[in-house]
Amino acid sequence: MSHYSALSIARNALSGHSNWDPAWRSPEPAAAYDAIVIGGGGHGLATAYYLVRVHGLVKVAVLEKGWIGGGNTGRNTTIIRSNYFYPESAAFYEFSLKQYERLSSELNFNIMFSQRGVLVLGHSRHDMEMHRRSANAMRLNGIDADILSRDEVAKLVPALDCSPQARFPIWGGMIQRRGGTARHDAVAWGYARAADARGVDIIQNCEVTGFTIHQGQVTGVETTRGAIKSNRIGIAVAGHSSILAAKAGFRLPVKSYALQAMVSEPLKPVLDTVVLSPATGTYLSQSDKGELVIGGGLDLYASYAQRGNLPVNENTITGMLAMFPTFSRVRMLRHWGGVCDVVHDSSPIIGKTPVQGLYLSCGWGTGGFKAIPAGGYCLAHTMATGEPHELNAAFGLDRFDTGALIDEAAAASIPH
Amino acid sequence: MLNIECPHCGARPEHEFRCGGDAHVVRPPLSASGETWAEYLFGHDNPKGDQTERWCHSFGCGLWFNVIRDTVSHEIRAVYPITAQRPEQAA
Ligand SMILES: Cc1cc2nc3c(=O)[nH]c(=O)nc-3n(C[C@H](O)[C@H](O)[C@H](O)COP(=O)(O)OP(=O)(O)OC[C@H]3O[C@@H](n4cnc5c(N)ncnc54)[C@H](O)[C@@H]3O)c2cc1C
Ligand SMILES: [Zn+2]
Repeated sequence: MSHYSALSIARNALSGHSNWDPAWRSPEPAAAYDAIVIGGGGHGLATAYYLVRVHGLVKVAVLEKGWIGGGNTGRNTTIIRSNYFYPESAAFYEFSLKQYERLSSELNFNIMFSQRGVLVLGHSRHDMEMHRRSANAMRLNGIDADILSRDEVAKLVPALDCSPQARFPIWGGMIQRRGGTARHDAVAWGYARAADARGVDIIQNCEVTGFTIHQGQVTGVETTRGAIKSNRIGIAVAGHSSILAAKAGFRLPVKSYALQAMVSEPLKPVLDTVVLSPATGTYLSQSDKGELVIGGGLDLYASYAQRGNLPVNENTITGMLAMFPTFSRVRMLRHWGGVCDVVHDSSPIIGKTPVQGLYLSCGWGTGGFKAIPAGGYCLAHTMATGEPHELNAAFGLDRFDTGALIDEAAAASIPH
Repeated sequence: MLNIECPHCGARPEHEFRCGGDAHVVRPPLSASGETWAEYLFGHDNPKGDQTERWCHSFGCGLWFNVIRDTVSHEIRAVYPITAQRPEQAA
């Protein structure tokens, strides 16, 4: 792998940028691997990377039915934050945020992580009381959180309608200043390139269609490119988790819903932080290209369609206009959806399954982009050692039997 | 936008309705094991394709009824009463 640097850009400029090495190979699948990760999203690619980098596994493959990063990883609104309530979540997401802070240099790939702050608005006295409670919980867990007054919010986000006539008046907000955004594709590509450089086979256009299981132990997968053997397999397929679980003979506490987002035409700089409004159900930021990146709540019924429906789209836009009336003439450029793996307590499932040697990472729902480094790290640890890391010990499938749910529904700010 | 056939009011746009999740989920007896209760509370078939689900015409007549809907195309294949068995499927 050639190192990316200012020098390499200059050197390649001499040949008109026509001689760059491909960022990863496209090998044929081997007959067997020490470990297989199903799903070439951020979580699958990060898992493969940490399996090799941290645990020294040698023969590892990622099997992706389409192209890497083509699922939710390449469809999300890229918000990264660790403002969760419970200690287990705080430790997990903060670990992830810390990895993000150094990921560009670790992977030698610019993921454009921009810690521009994530602001959750408060629209009533009660909102502000709940924000204070969250901020206190976060600080007790060692995570930065500040409460902003109405005037401080107005100063930070001048375009926001903070007048008393606003449909949902602004009372203040809670901000995590270390939160922000990153380039989603770059996270997938950066992990892919770094994993490939360490020998991981990234195999695209390879859909897993079944498992071979011998006396309760997984022994391989069947794919559209033939059977591949491995007795250590991780599933990281987001909205398709239930489908693969069914092929391995078990059910999951997961329901798949479409979550949609859209971007506007590029504008001059107008918004340099991420703003979420629990009252309007809309959140937005402005990308480095100038587009407004706008998201809202989940569609209201289960779906495997990678597109959002129009009523929810209209709600989201209406919510944005209630917050930013000045955007009423802005035109939208693109609108899309992703299939999210939603779990009852809005916390992930990372760990063992009823099948020996088969591991699972899912339940990321609407918020798993921020979790890619930690999710990959923990799934890799669980696959390599057979036991969960302390960061994911509380996030096993067994919590639904024991009732030890970690209900982070409120942490999303938008009812998801 | 779905156009849903309320058995009482006829075809109406989706935003008059509320989806109430999986249909035909049977509550276990109180003596059932923790695992059975967990399955009842949290487990889902979550099919990619036809799914049975309950809907309520909440901003209309308030009736609850069952629907078979394709989770990929969102096409509604059947509408039937809330207490009825899943019908032989209309293709
Ligand atoms: C509109 C939208 C906005 C979002 N906003 C945010 C946000 O702001 N912040 C945040 O943290 N999170 C956000 N999320 C959630 C986040 O995108 C996901 O939780 C995260 O990307 C999940 O990563 P993943 O690797 O698990 O899944 P994916 O990226 O979906 O990857 C799974 C891969 O598995 C592949 N696959 C599926 N079935 C098979 C099979 N049988 N064989 C082989 N491969 C298979 C798929 O093709 C896919 O590429 C958002 C999601 C959406 C849809
Ligand atoms: Zn009706």
